[in-house]
Amino acid sequence: MRLDPPWRRQPELEVKREAETDERYGKPPESRSVEELLSLGVVNLDKPRGPTSHEVAYMVKKMLGVGLAGHGGTLEHGGEIPLSPACFL
Amino acid sequence: MLGEGTKAAPALMHSGKEYVGLMELHGDVPDEEILKAFEFFTGDIYQVPPVRAAVARRPRVRTVYFNELIERSGRMALFRVGCSGGTYVRKLCHDMGEYLGVGAHMEELRRVRAGPFTEEKSHTLLDLYEAWADYRESGNADKLLQIIEPVEACVGLLPKLFILDTAVDAVCHGADLMAVGVSRVETGIRRGDFVAVMTLKNELVAFGTALMSSEEILEATEGAAVDTVRVVMPRDTYPSVWRGGLRRKTS
Repeated sequence: MRLDPPWRRQPELEVKREAETDERYGKPPESRSVEELLSLGVVNLDKPRGPTSHEVAYMVKKMLGVGLAGHGGTLEHGGEIPLSPACFL
Repeated sequence: MLGEGTKAAPALMHSGKEYVGLMELHGDVPDEEILKAFEFFTGDIYQVPPVRAAVARRPRVRTVYFNELIERSGRMALFRVGCSGGTYVRKLCHDMGEYLGVGAHMEELRRVRAGPFTEEKSHTLLDLYEAWADYRESGNADKLLQIIEPVEACVGLLPKLFILDTAVDAVCHGADLMAVGVSRVETGIRRGDFVAVMTLKNELVAFGTALMSSEEILEATEGAAVDTVRVVMPRDTYPSVWRGGLRRKTS
């Protein structure tokens, strides 16, 4: 048996109501500046062995001088495993 | 996740994970038996989180999408597993050992995918550091822009609804998304699904729980479509038509 994981999903869009969006408000994600990305962005980071996800998040926070940096969460805590799972910040 | 991007963490919990793990069996088991165990532990499984876990230790249902045997050497089995967020692979190995009657434990584990983010497309801390130094010292943002992605990258795999400009600010203030505020909706959404609410410019507004299915949303002329759980977009990014703000701003 093999089920489709979320990354195999191929959704379709249906229109309820056609509408335009006003260019004066908001901004498409791909046209954001570095500053905007730093306050609302993500980095797919390959966490090195050794430091915890928290520690790596802290390093990134200090490096970039951003107010907040967090990680997507690793499941196993407390150094139970010598090789920490890759972590994506 | 950077800045307010940290608010997008729940998206990854709902987008599935993929791991490569090394399981050590405590007895000799033929390949066919292992494959049988992999088959048995595919689909919805019950798991009691391990003793050292960050969550309450009560049985919960998790979904294993697939288990694949990559390589076998003596009592070692290298395998790939795709599962829903919150599945303990260490526990899975232990339980498969019980099923096989010989016992087993997880020797090593590497996550190769968290939702839309894969190992192949990941960057090292050094990559980030160099790109940042480039940007700070010479103002060259090219490398940095390749590494830092907009928060919307997190919601790539979530079911989405795209809403009217006039509906955005109310959701930013925590209101439920009304069905009449929806412009487009992905098919296949069921009540209770975790969904992303997007603008027509593809910006992430909020996460929520669907109160209607895709079909119901398409047909509804009233009622709430999504219970807003977490808002990501700052308030006042879009005009607040719902409290007469648009008139104030344009007059």
